[in-house]
Amino acid sequence: MSEEIQALPQIKKPATFIGKYVFSRDHKIIGLQYFFLALAAALAGTLMSLLIRLRLAWPQERWPLLEMIFPNGFSDGLMKPEFYLAMVTMHGTMMVFMVLSVAPQSAFGNYFLPIQIGAREMVFPRLNMLSFWLTFASFVVLIAALFVAGGAPIGGWTFYPPLSAIASAGPGQGAGADLWLVSIGVFCLAAFLGSINFIVTTLTRRTKGMSLMRMPLTCWGWFTTACISLLAFPVLLVAGLLLFLDRNFGMSFFKPAGLVVTGQVIEGGGGSPLLWQHLFWFFGHPEVYLVIIPVMGVISHVMATFARKPVFGHRAMVTAMLAIGALGFLIWGHHMFVSGMNPRLGLAFSVLTLVIGVPSAVKTFNWLGTLWGARIRFTTPMLFAIGFVSLFVSGGVTGLVLGQMALDMVFHDTYFVTGHFHMVMGVAAVFGIFAATYYWFPKMFGRMMNETMGKLHFWLTFAGVYAIFVPFHLLGIAGHPRRYADTLWFDFLKPLEPLHIFITIAAFVTAAAQLIFAGNFLLSLRKGARAGDNPWEATTLEWTVATPPPMENFAGRLPVVHRGPYEYSTPGAAKDYSMQTESLD
Amino acid sequence: MKICELKLVIHSPLPTPHSPPPLPTLMSRLLAIAIWLTAIVTAGLFAWSKWRLPESVAAHSAMIDHQFKITLAVIGVGFLLAHAALGYVVWRYRAKDGERASPSQGNARVEFILAGCVAVVFIALAITGQRVWARLRLNQAPPGAVQIEAVAQQFVWNFRYPGPDGKFGRTDPRLYRDADNSIGARPGPLGLDPNDPLGKDDIVTPTLVAPANRPISLSLLSKDVIHDFYVPALRMKQDAVPGMKINIHFTATREGRYEIACAELCGQFHHQMRAYLDVKSPRDYEEWLKKNGKQ
Amino acid sequence: MFSRRTIAAFLFTVTVALGVSCGKQETATPAGPVWKPSGNEGNVTGVISFTGAVPAPSKLDMSNDSKCEGENFLDDVVVKDGKLQNVFVYVKSGLPQAAFETPTNDVTLDQKGCKYVPRVLGIQTGQPLRIVNSDTTNHNIHPVPKVNREWNESQLAGQGPIIRKFSKPEVMIPVKCNQHSWMMAHIAVLSHPFFAVSDASGAFTIKGLPPGEYEIEAWHERYGAKTAKIKVAEKTDAKADFTFDGSVAYQPGSLKAQPAMMIP
Ligand code: HEM
Ligand SMILES: [Cu+2]
Ligand SMILES: [Cu+2]
Repeated sequence: MSEEIQALPQIKKPATFIGKYVFSRDHKIIGLQYFFLALAAALAGTLMSLLIRLRLAWPQERWPLLEMIFPNGFSDGLMKPEFYLAMVTMHGTMMVFMVLSVAPQSAFGNYFLPIQIGAREMVFPRLNMLSFWLTFASFVVLIAALFVAGGAPIGGWTFYPPLSAIASAGPGQGAGADLWLVSIGVFCLAAFLGSINFIVTTLTRRTKGMSLMRMPLTCWGWFTTACISLLAFPVLLVAGLLLFLDRNFGMSFFKPAGLVVTGQVIEGGGGSPLLWQHLFWFFGHPEVYLVIIPVMGVISHVMATFARKPVFGHRAMVTAMLAIGALGFLIWGHHMFVSGMNPRLGLAFSVLTLVIGVPSAVKTFNWLGTLWGARIRFTTPMLFAIGFVSLFVSGGVTGLVLGQMALDMVFHDTYFVTGHFHMVMGVAAVFGIFAATYYWFPKMFGRMMNETMGKLHFWLTFAGVYAIFVPFHLLGIAGHPRRYADTLWFDFLKPLEPLHIFITIAAFVTAAAQLIFAGNFLLSLRKGARAGDNPWEATTLEWTVATPPPMENFAGRLPVVHRGPYEYSTPGAAKDYSMQTESLD
Repeated sequence: MKICELKLVIHSPLPTPHSPPPLPTLMSRLLAIAIWLTAIVTAGLFAWSKWRLPESVAAHSAMIDHQFKITLAVIGVGFLLAHAALGYVVWRYRAKDGERASPSQGNARVEFILAGCVAVVFIALAITGQRVWARLRLNQAPPGAVQIEAVAQQFVWNFRYPGPDGKFGRTDPRLYRDADNSIGARPGPLGLDPNDPLGKDDIVTPTLVAPANRPISLSLLSKDVIHDFYVPALRMKQDAVPGMKINIHFTATREGRYEIACAELCGQFHHQMRAYLDVKSPRDYEEWLKKNGKQ
Repeated sequence: MFSRRTIAAFLFTVTVALGVSCGKQETATPAGPVWKPSGNEGNVTGVISFTGAVPAPSKLDMSNDSKCEGENFLDDVVVKDGKLQNVFVYVKSGLPQAAFETPTNDVTLDQKGCKYVPRVLGIQTGQPLRIVNSDTTNHNIHPVPKVNREWNESQLAGQGPIIRKFSKPEVMIPVKCNQHSWMMAHIAVLSHPFFAVSDASGAFTIKGLPPGEYEIEAWHERYGAKTAKIKVAEKTDAKADFTFDGSVAYQPGSLKAQPAMMIP
């Protein structure tokens, strides 16, 4: 056994700064790179959402200062509707792709998957590095879209053609839209390559004793998500390529004949706008699960640690994750109930949509079951984990409304939808990211984060997101369509203006609360109390290695696993937690 | 093997003595109350009569409103139960010195029963929801319905009536002439072929004029990008997709002027794409037809 | 080593991306010697006549925007006493190879009562076009050129003027407002100053043309273009009259649209 371990080839340590921290092949550095990329994107995305909120609350206000920053987005201080839509599009794209598809999976997954399964590295370290740099390039290209003639695209993150297939259909639909497509194409490629790495690593690099069912739920989350990515991202890549050909090379996959935009006949024909929607949502619906599944893993993990209790129904949790992942590919049509798709087709999608609520409900029970009879330690990561459960339920239940075709006909493309997905995938996933950050910060950076600031951050954020996104639903019930730059035009929208003002104030307060997080993060990096190897008294392998983990994680000796991942409060044991490496005796 | 593990244990310094986060009781109480309060306020806002669906003048809306009420009740119960339980465990199971948590690993029976109940409720909802949809969209407009065509473009709605002959004339995208949208214009914004006799009596207007209490069959088309015919007062929404002709039907029960909006992002003035639905008494409607159909 | 390869891949991606965005940039028009009037130029004057039945003025339906004030009658064909207004007349060919100075004064396009004023205008390449919104409603200005770069910008109520330039000669560029679909203007962009628009009495004057033989063209939005050959002698004015026939309205060709897909 020990010979076998010794026989492992030594990974050459990079000597230069660039080799170590820039073009690094170390999964931990790559994880951190992804993490900081996601933070930058989150900052950009949040600032964009604040610009959106400004116009919605005070559509006729003049903002000369902002005009100095965005000379093309404002005119005489007034925010132009095309800039508003560009911000909506970029905010959505930033958040969905660069933050939520990156932080839970690529950042934390890269950092902790190999450690948690007892591997020294990812299987394909160079591929891993390539994935990151492709993602980075995609981020740069996306940002570049803001600065080209006409500005960023205005078609929304769903990018429906023909609006997105024809440059003259709107400002930003020229160069900006091309850059968007390039960016997303590169992103898809990167995510696809990354997923191969995750799958192969999970399947082949588990250390001795680490059976699949002994993997922590985080690893199950990353593994399931990698499988989803493997199947979903190539579809968007291809769809994006077809749209790019439509736009630049005279193809007509998505353009029917006889289109006339602003009096100009668009040549081509035979394509179908609905084809894009099918392809997009075949990717897009699994996308929301590939955002939330790794977060679910993190939440279970954090919860077991601070509940001091094994995860309730470990096997059911794994099954539910896989079921959600698989069913997630069969319900894309619920985004298309009123798209012109045959209304009979909706019947199947509707039933399957409500069926996927069942494994989601099972997960919720099990989180409650995990807390039942627990001895909860209310640390900051635990607060965010509990907050996640609340948000997941609040956002999830409205899915039962939207999953019914007749009701979706009322709420489709209103703020009800926006409220629903912000709750269930947006801020719920962000809570997961916060929980993961507070939880693993000591391991990643060797210092504890400040608990007082952390708790303040939690309270303000928890109150803030409810104050922002519950009113979204109310706007939707009153009939407010989404992607509307103001409420001035329609009589039925005018009474809703005060609610918009309330939401905007809440959004600014909540965004300001994130400064506490930023301050805590930076302060703790330099001044935080030194963390031991296992400050939370947790059981999984990342807590057996040094803090921060050395190159190759296990100092040349792979651990051997004897137990399941969450053996807390075992009767008769000396401590209330048993590390996975502790032998059973 | 043993040696290897031993090394590991020796290598890692002893865990820092755990100092549980301060004020566990206060935190647990605060959080539980916050969870309950949030749930109650949220549920209250949803139940508050100020935030109701817009007033409806469609014959089918009672069906939809009923289904919405049932669904709201179901999810309201689920939402409140989940939050009540979440608050309860947070309140009850805080860390106490020297006490250990229950080592329970789960209870498959409870899990199965709960999942089964949820599945039954959800599928029941799906099925009742489908019945409503089927009655709205899986049947043809009743015979004798008023035929109207709605043609969307950035950022305008056009409506076309077939005139006394009951037939729509030929249109051609090359003939679109937005510059003249007056009622008698030929070819006008819809590109009516001046040589087609069927189109001679067609009426094209930017306002959807409809008789009350008569079924209307509306065909949705688009000239450029995807739009969505959305009338809050009709509880109705349907995309207008270029290259497709999508038929919907409805009956408006009350006279009046209602706003038509666009609910699918179509460009920079998506939020200003308004037209009006003018529901007239059958007599006024016939008069309107006569007055405008003469040309 | 691998890092160099990665850098290359990264640079390639960025280059492709930037290439896409920059590929659409326009290059400036080439310049020859700058043209200077020598004092022996002449003017071209003329009158545009109209025969046939004058189309009845259609009343446009502006009911979906209550902020469009007043009444609006379609004014593409404005005929008074048999003379046709809003015909754009310009020198199409025959000019010396020279660059013409770009005027710095701007040309104004106003939006008033949800209608463009003027409906037809000429402008030189590089000359500022000043777009004004005198309405209390929101407009977007959307020229759809074939040669120049297309743009599309909103101009909200209360927003100041927008200044834009066209870099290449192009006759004509249709301009539309998508919010008020009936709004229609035409802009002619020329590299020289020899153009005019017929006034209410159908008259036009192209000033200061150097002696020579030219082809001039008269263009009307509804009735298409007519050309004429003229000769300008030293310090003499030339005449060019055109007549448009209202009974042969311009008819574009037909596009065979595929039958729409039917959904019950
Ligand atoms: C500070 C917190 C946030 C605020 C105030 C905010 C606000 C908004 C607003 C006002 C819209 C426009 C709604 C519409 O007109 O359709 C929007 C759209 C969107 N947001 Fe957020 N948001 C926030 C965080 C997030 C997060 C964390 C996500 C991650 C999922 C997210 C994803 C999206 C998406 C996907 C859209 C749709 C964009 C589109 O319509 O193309 N947002 N957000
Ligand atoms: Cu629209
Ligand atoms: Cu306008």
